[in-house]
Amino acid sequence: MTALNELTLAEARDGLKAKDFSAREIAQAHLDAIERAKALNAYIVATPDRALKMADVSDEKIAKGEARPLEGLPLGIKDLFATQGVHTTAGSKILEGFEPHYESNVSSQLWRDGAVMLGKLNLDEFAMGSSNETSAYGKTISPWRRQGSDTPLVPGGSSGGSAAAVAAHLCLGATATDTGGSIRQPAAFTGTVGIKPTYGRCSRWGIIAYASSLDQAGPIARTVQDCAILLGSMAGHDPRDTTSVDLPVPDFEAAITRGVKGLTIGIPKEYRVEGMPAEIQRLWDQGADWLREAGATVREIALPHTQYALPAYYIVAPAEASSNLARYDGVRYGLRVPGKDIAGMYENTRAAGFGREVKRRIMIGTYVLSAGYYDAYYVRAQKIRTLIKRDFEAAYASGIDAILTPATPSAAFGIGEMASADPVEMYLNDVFTVTVNMAGLPGISVPAGLDAQGLPLGLQLIGRPFDEETLFAAAQTIENAAGRISLPKAWWA
Amino acid sequence: MSVDETTVRRIAHLARIAVADEDVGPLQGELNAILAFVEQLGAVDVEGVEPMTSVTPMRMKKRADVVNDGGRASDIVANAPETEDNYFLVPKVVE
Repeated sequence: MTALNELTLAEARDGLKAKDFSAREIAQAHLDAIERAKALNAYIVATPDRALKMADVSDEKIAKGEARPLEGLPLGIKDLFATQGVHTTAGSKILEGFEPHYESNVSSQLWRDGAVMLGKLNLDEFAMGSSNETSAYGKTISPWRRQGSDTPLVPGGSSGGSAAAVAAHLCLGATATDTGGSIRQPAAFTGTVGIKPTYGRCSRWGIIAYASSLDQAGPIARTVQDCAILLGSMAGHDPRDTTSVDLPVPDFEAAITRGVKGLTIGIPKEYRVEGMPAEIQRLWDQGADWLREAGATVREIALPHTQYALPAYYIVAPAEASSNLARYDGVRYGLRVPGKDIAGMYENTRAAGFGREVKRRIMIGTYVLSAGYYDAYYVRAQKIRTLIKRDFEAAYASGIDAILTPATPSAAFGIGEMASADPVEMYLNDVFTVTVNMAGLPGISVPAGLDAQGLPLGLQLIGRPFDEETLFAAAQTIENAAGRISLPKAWWA
Repeated sequence: MSVDETTVRRIAHLARIAVADEDVGPLQGELNAILAFVEQLGAVDVEGVEPMTSVTPMRMKKRADVVNDGGRASDIVANAPETEDNYFLVPKVVE
């Protein structure tokens, strides 16, 4: 029999319903796996007492025939979501000791539906990074290794702890957030599925803010179906987030069986970037063939402003971050370092509390918003954002239902391999994902194969606003054709 | 555009981040690498283009102008480094 923590979320749901095992048993199986996987550093904190307590409630509900949609399913929560009474850090020293007295909207909806919390997952500090190397709580190590090598690899970022934990069977699924690719890139690096829904689909209330016009929550899980199940609980209108949309949440799980017959899939020629590895191009072609064989029409499209998305992002995101992160001042929560006066206290607190990448982005943001530069940088970037969005609108208006691209320009890299003096090298990881955030669209990353070194590669599907259902249908088609990737053996346990 | 050392110090001060002397040089290099990267945006024709203010067409939602939360001062100050009688304590600002 498959170990309980190796079931898919859908299988676990069915097993609990059939009383093949108890919620307490599956919670305990995960807690044991987490205990053995300390070397991966995927969890910043595990919450075993809470998990078992929630599992016991689930067992009672199941016994009474009152099971809720996610009853007894153990999940990990990215440590960017405020969780009541549980240390919430954003991977930063500046939130040392912070225990929220409230629960984020997204996590509260998971608990409302019966899910069980296993703990808080590691991430790049304030979700700023593509490798999970910037966390103040240490790097997360990917469960994946190159064939015949024990070089530690990054799980991607910023939701690196979420992706690593899902891939290493340390939870059935996890919450994550995506500002420029932080769900889809780590999902691609770890052979897992991750969806960033349309901006506004999930409430941002209680999620520690990075760049508010780009941030969106979504799930990472081991199958397309599992992601669909989780998003169904995470999404929904919340009056406390004025950008959360008042639209009904569709039955995402039902959409996975729709298939792609009759759909038109666009292949944007601008994504064929210079120096793209041949195996990424092959995978992309393969993905297009799979969709064609399943009945879709595939045709080339133009998204002419693609190349400007990443530089525009590196103005918009730091600008918003510099404003959002102004709240960490040593007064209301977290770290305080004394100074000679109040300004000195602010400066010393922020110098000691923020890591290097966070400081860099706050400073870039401060610069582009400062007097004399606002129009040249920020306003120009927001105009370019309009042009990027228009590109997508034109493609969709011409009859395209979804767009297929590679998820990342390469497979996972080794810890420290991108530690050059030029921060831009790391930023290029998000070249295929960032356009989606700039335009507020939904995007899903689905595993599609392995590279020559045995590492997973993902394909990305981009959809029309609020049409995640088509993404689930097309991603399921790719998952069916590619076959599920077998996750790495537990070398860490 | 690129920044000099004086500008790096000015930005750090605006951002309220203390920067040690030996960090100014490296920060200058990193910030200039990012500014060089975004330089290419200058090539885009943005004449007559509206800057984006909302990714999805939506009207700003408004709620009724009534008190709908509050009376939880002890929750609000619970995580503060220094408090007294439900007030945040800060170093003296006015002599």
